[in-house]
Amino acid sequence: MTAALLELRGIDKRFGSLQALTGAELYVRPGEVHALLGENGAGKSTLMSVAYGLLVPDAGEILVDGQSRTFRSARDARRAGIGLVHQHFTAVPALTVAENVALFAGWAVEPRRLRERVQALSEQLGLPLDPDARAEGLSVALRQRLEIVKALATDAKLLLLDEPTAVLAPPEAEELLVMARAFAARGGSVVLITHKLDEALGAADTVTVLRRGRNVTSRPVAGLAARDLAQAMIGDAGLLDEPPAPVVTIPDAPVRVAFEALDVWREDRSGVAVRGAVLTVRAGEIVALAGVEGNGQRELLRTIGGVMRARRGSLRVDRPVAFVPEDRITEGLIPTLSLTENVALGLARTASWGRGVVLDWGAAGEQTRELIDAFDVKTDGPTSAAETLSGGNQQKLLIGRALALQPIVLVAENPTRGLDVQATRAVHDRLRDAAARGLAVMIYSSDLDEVLTLGTRVVVMYRGELFEVPPGTSRAAVGRLMLGAGA
Amino acid sequence: MRAGGWIGAGAALAAGLAVLVIFFVLTGHDPAMALAAMWRGAFGSWFALMSGTLIRAVPIALIALGFTVAYRAGALNIGGEGQFYAGAIAATWAGLRLGSWPGAMAIPVTLAAAFAAGAAWITLPAVLRRRFGVQEVISTLLLNFVAEAVVSYAVQGPLQESQHIYPQSDALPASLHLPLLFGTRLHAGALLAMAAAGVLAWVFSRTRLGFELLASGLGPRAAVVSGRIPVERLAVSALLISGAFAGLAGGTEVLGVSYALYPNLSPGYGFTGIAVALLARGAPLGILASAVLFGALEAGAAAMQRDAGVPAVAVYVAEAVIIVAVLLADRFAVRARREATA
Repeated sequence: MTAALLELRGIDKRFGSLQALTGAELYVRPGEVHALLGENGAGKSTLMSVAYGLLVPDAGEILVDGQSRTFRSARDARRAGIGLVHQHFTAVPALTVAENVALFAGWAVEPRRLRERVQALSEQLGLPLDPDARAEGLSVALRQRLEIVKALATDAKLLLLDEPTAVLAPPEAEELLVMARAFAARGGSVVLITHKLDEALGAADTVTVLRRGRNVTSRPVAGLAARDLAQAMIGDAGLLDEPPAPVVTIPDAPVRVAFEALDVWREDRSGVAVRGAVLTVRAGEIVALAGVEGNGQRELLRTIGGVMRARRGSLRVDRPVAFVPEDRITEGLIPTLSLTENVALGLARTASWGRGVVLDWGAAGEQTRELIDAFDVKTDGPTSAAETLSGGNQQKLLIGRALALQPIVLVAENPTRGLDVQATRAVHDRLRDAAARGLAVMIYSSDLDEVLTLGTRVVVMYRGELFEVPPGTSRAAVGRLMLGAGA
Repeated sequence: MRAGGWIGAGAALAAGLAVLVIFFVLTGHDPAMALAAMWRGAFGSWFALMSGTLIRAVPIALIALGFTVAYRAGALNIGGEGQFYAGAIAATWAGLRLGSWPGAMAIPVTLAAAFAAGAAWITLPAVLRRRFGVQEVISTLLLNFVAEAVVSYAVQGPLQESQHIYPQSDALPASLHLPLLFGTRLHAGALLAMAAAGVLAWVFSRTRLGFELLASGLGPRAAVVSGRIPVERLAVSALLISGAFAGLAGGTEVLGVSYALYPNLSPGYGFTGIAVALLARGAPLGILASAVLFGALEAGAAAMQRDAGVPAVAVYVAEAVIIVAVLLADRFAVRARREATA
C-alpha cells in the first residue's frame, strides 16, 4: 500500500448535542482523486475543516506523509501542503487576480514581477487567468479557478475542493474535473467533496462515503455502480428513483402569472438581466427555469416574487405571491432568532395574530408548532434558534412558512441547494403538492436534473432571454441551450 | 436577556472597578478612602441618592433609551451629545418666550420643542444614510462638535443673558421649572424617563413594530426579502426617535436642573448614554438600572474629587473599561454560540 499523503484516523468531533463525526477515517494517496461522498450533514465539511486546521478534533490523529501533525489553524495546514477551496468564494472583488493571489499567499506586491509570477503559476497549473482582471468581473467559473490558483499558490500538494461543481454549468463542471485529474496526474492529490454520484464515479480513483459522521465504505471506484454508492450514502436506494414530472397541459386553468416584453435590471444595476421576456404560467403548473448562473433567471424570479422591480414591460402576478430565497441564512431566516420569530418574520404582516399593533407571540408560537409538525421539521421546538436547524430542516420551515401565506403563486430559487437526497425529495413533494392544489409554481435551479425532474414545463434562460423547451427534449440538448446553442 | 448576559455585565462591572482600584494605587491614593468617598457621593444619603445620582441618571437614561431604539434597528447614533444640546437650546429658546403661559401648558410645549429639536439635529445624518449610504456613526459624531459650537454661539449671541456679560442664557421663569420630587432636587424628568422605558419595553416585547425593528437590525436582508419590512425607512424613523429622546434629555436638563443654557451643560451624557445602553444590552428596564449605576459613578466621581482629591477622570476610565468589557463579552458569546452550532 502506498504511503498516505494525508491520513485522518479516528476523528471525533462534537458540536453541543450534535455528534458530527465518530471515528471518521480518510486515507488519501499521492496522485489520486479521492471523492468524499455523503449527504448534507453527513460530516463531509466538518471532516475537511479538521483536515484544513479550521476545527480541532475532539479525538483522532492527522498524519501528513506518515507524520503525526497538530493543526491549530489553516496556516499550519497550508504549511503542511494542504489547500482548500471553499464552496463560497473568498476573493476580494475590487482586487485583481494577481493581487488576490498575492494577498492569500503572502507574496510581495511588486506589480510587474507579481503579474508574471501569477501568470506563470496559472499556466503551469493549466488554469489560465488574466492576472490583471478584477475578481468582481470574472464569471463564476473563472472566480472558482482563481480560488484554486490561490490555494495552489502556497505549493499545496493536496487540494480539498468543497462541492466545487455546485455553481457550474455542466460543461464547466467537466472542465473542472479534468483539471483535478491533471493535477493528480502530476503527482498531487485532490479530495473532491460532493453529493453527486456521477462525479464521484466519473472523476475519482477512490471514494469514501460518510453517513451520519461515520465511515460507511472506502474503496476504489473501479467496478462500483451508482446504485452501490447511493445505497451506502442514504442506506435506502429507493429514494433516489424520483420519477420525472409528467408533462401536464392544463389549457383551462386560470393564468396566474403573465408578462410580456419584460425587462429587469441586474441586481447590481450594471446592465439588463432580463430582456423582452414573455411567458404565462397557469395554476397547477411548475415552470422550472434552467440556466447558467447570471443569465437573468434570478432577477426574473425576484421580479415575479416582488423582491425586485421590472424596468419596463407588463407584468401581472396574482396575489398573494410567496417567495422562497435560495440564500436561507441571510435572506430566508435570521439565524440567531427563534423559529417562532422567524415564522413571524414571514407571516406577521398578514396573519391574524400579527396584523395589528400588538403581536400575539402565543399564537405565533402555536402556528410555528403546527408548521413544525406539518412539514416534519426536526428541531427541539419553536424556541430553538434557526441556526440550530440543518439546511434541509431550514428549507422545510421556509417552504412551510411560504405556503402558510396561502399564496396563489409560489416562487422558489434553487429550492434544494445544499440539501441531501431525502430532504430534496421532501421539498420536491411539497412543491408538487402545492401545484396539485392549484398553485402556480416557478423555480429555477442550478441543477439541471432538478429542473428536468421537477418542472412540468422547462424554460431555459440565456443572456436574459427565455427559450421554452418542448417536452421530451434530451438532457444534452437542454445543456446546449443553456450555453446559447439555441440563440 | 439571557443569564449569560447578566454574568457578562457583572464581569464588566467588576473589571471597571478593578481598573479603578489599580488607578488609585498607581496614583498613590488610598483605594478604601476613595471608594468610600464615591459611595458617600452616590448613595451615602437620601440627598446624595436623589440629588446626586438619580438627577444624573435621568438624562443618561433618556439618551440610552434613544440610542437603543436606533441600535435595535441596526443604526448607531453616536450623536446623543449633539442632540442633547439641540434640545437644550430649543427648550431655552421656547421657555424664555412662554413665561406668560401657565406652566401646565408651557412645560409640555417646551419639552415638545426639545424633542423635535433632537429629531431635527439627526435629520441630516438620517437623510445622508438613506440617500447616499453615508455612515451615521460618523455623521452623528461630527454633528456633536457642531452642536457645541452652536451652543457657544447662542450663549454669546441670540440667547445671551440680558446683561451681556456671562456666556449663558437668562434664567427661565419659575413657571417653566419642572416639579421637584420628594422635596429634593430630583425633577419630574425622572418620571418621564421611567414612563419612556416602560413604553419601550412594551413596544420591544409585545408589538409588531418592536419585532420589525429587531429583525431589521439583526437580518436586514431577511427582513426585506422574507419580511417585506421597509428596513431603511424603519432605520431612518428609529434614528429620528433616537435623536428626539436625546433632545428631550436636553430639555429636561434645562427645565429641571440648570434652568438656563450653559456651554458644558452636559458632562458627556451623550456618550455615557451609549455605554449604559450597551451595558443593558438594549433592555429598556435594564437601561434604567444601569443609568442609575452610571449616575452613581459620576456623582461619586464628583464627591471623590472633592473629598479624596482623586481626579474625577478616573471614573471615566472605569466607564470606558466597562464598555470595552461588555463588547468583549458579546464577542465571546457570539463565538461560543458559533462553536456550539457550527
